[in-house]
Amino acid sequence: MTVPRVALGSLDTLWFQVAGTVCNLACTHCFISCSPTNRTHDMMSLEEVASHLEDATRLGVKEYYFTGGEPFLNPEMEAILEATLAVGPASVLTNGLLLDPARCQRLAALAAASEYSLDLRVSLDGYTAEGHDAIRGEGTFDRALEGIRHLHAAGLEPVITVTEVYDDNGSVAGKERFFSLMRELDIEHPRLKMMPVFQIGAEAERRGAYESWQRLRDEDAPADGWDHLQCSTCRMVTDQGVWVCPILVNEPSGKMGDRLADTLGDFPLAHPACWTCHVYGVTCRT
Amino acid sequence: MSQRIPEDPDLQARRAAQRARLAAHRGLATWGERLVPLATFQAASARAGRSLDSAARDAAVASFLAPRSDPTPVEGPFRRIAVCGGVYNNHYALAAWITAARQRGAEALYCLGDLGGFGPSPHKVWPLLEEHRVRVSQGNYEQSLASGREDCNCGYTDPRDNHFARLSYEYTAQRCSAAFKQWMGELPERRRVALHSPSGRRRELLLVHGSPRRVNEFLFESTTPAPYLEALLDQQQADAVLCTHSGLHWHRPLPSGRDLVNVGVLGRPANDGRTEVWFALLELDEPSGDLQVELCPLPYDHLALATEMRHERLPEEFVATIEQGWWTTCLEILPARERARGRF
Repeated sequence: MTVPRVALGSLDTLWFQVAGTVCNLACTHCFISCSPTNRTHDMMSLEEVASHLEDATRLGVKEYYFTGGEPFLNPEMEAILEATLAVGPASVLTNGLLLDPARCQRLAALAAASEYSLDLRVSLDGYTAEGHDAIRGEGTFDRALEGIRHLHAAGLEPVITVTEVYDDNGSVAGKERFFSLMRELDIEHPRLKMMPVFQIGAEAERRGAYESWQRLRDEDAPADGWDHLQCSTCRMVTDQGVWVCPILVNEPSGKMGDRLADTLGDFPLAHPACWTCHVYGVTCRT
Repeated sequence: MSQRIPEDPDLQARRAAQRARLAAHRGLATWGERLVPLATFQAASARAGRSLDSAARDAAVASFLAPRSDPTPVEGPFRRIAVCGGVYNNHYALAAWITAARQRGAEALYCLGDLGGFGPSPHKVWPLLEEHRVRVSQGNYEQSLASGREDCNCGYTDPRDNHFARLSYEYTAQRCSAAFKQWMGELPERRRVALHSPSGRRRELLLVHGSPRRVNEFLFESTTPAPYLEALLDQQQADAVLCTHSGLHWHRPLPSGRDLVNVGVLGRPANDGRTEVWFALLELDEPSGDLQVELCPLPYDHLALATEMRHERLPEEFVATIEQGWWTTCLEILPARERARGRF
């Protein structure tokens, strides 16, 4: 059995693990087990991000995404966004807990000053406090909704990101519940991003790890190749170098090089998470 | 309202224990599911991947960005062309565009695909295109219809967007003849067109549906940055790219003097509260030879279209867009900035 390899067709989407694996929560489904004390990857500085942005503009990157951990734990996050918005559109994946009114006003000002889009993606893992808090910790549902209200008041309307931690989150009825929740929050332009779960990190402990048959084989390749996988158009930068995608950052085998120019070759789809991306058609971008 | 959460009598205790373990990372790293000393992970990741020297990096980047060979024949050269985007069965706007383009002196008329969906009576579109020798390229709609796909391949996740996308796709698919679908399947995905000026300046335009890379890639103004476009134009060896698919018209002149033009669509208004639809007129400036782009609003008999849509029992949501100029469906594709400008 040979392991299929995916080529990088173009570098459209560049991710930054801008808060490392440091988070103010310890969600039970986190595929990289982020927590207040997890320093597997550490915070990135403005200087580090800026030097990769320079490489990225040369390579024709189309859009930038920031994740962690919780990006707003990074003390330089707003300066990092300002530098990014000078060269392209930016999206931040946040748990919503640090979105106080003053920060939301500053983010709105950054968005208004750029010719490119700034998108905030706030995670909700249930449409009730009971469902959400079971994954993310007590009281986090109310606090995330508070953050969403503050964004809305500042004129920024977030995308709600929902993982399919419960079967009914991803059903048509479940999606409708999330849309009606957004309408209750007076969000005029509701947007929803669904993500399947990856059975790695904390999630492996919550609902079980991958089984041995969940691997990609050469014969699984669609007729037009592996272009549907996000790794054919993305890379992920952390404080320790450049990884193939946002999912495999806790696997040293997912690291492709130190700088973007080292990572323009192909990558073996050997990890069981690659199977999830193929089967569920995953892209982490909005 | 309550959410179906799997029952677990020990949930509280298990959750507390799991959180304690998750938070117990001080000095440790997560390697997959294992906890290992931080130094072990860092040493492994330091060994992983490549670290090229600077000459090898330059070579890797140059080869990654190298121009791609493209056998597409070059059409023209023309002095002035008119280019429209998705028609979405709007034969009223298509007829008005043909008249306007001729009146404005366009030597050639181009349509960038997405002929169907949304509007009424798909069979009225093809004769207009043929009679007026409109040069059409293939959109995702033509690809889907020609290959018998079950949907338009726009990739929505919102059930509401999906409902309306499916409804209009099925309406169109049932009313296009086999011959029309076969013709769609034979359309080129990309065209190259040369423009020239009286003093002999020449520019080559690449015409595509979504983007030069993917037929269903959306190029919106707020999410298509200049550095990306410069690299794309280098790679595609063109002075400008003309596209549609996203439904909104815009033009970005680049620092290098090249251009990206999204010509908009004829099928529905631009989510701006106006009833006109949009197209582009292109020619070269004299004497600079720069591309001159005019994005033109096109009034047409939108009330007749609305009447015909109602007669065909198409959704009131679609008719409202035609009458009021605000998008009511397929909103999910819009980035934050473009979405905020609309009513819905």
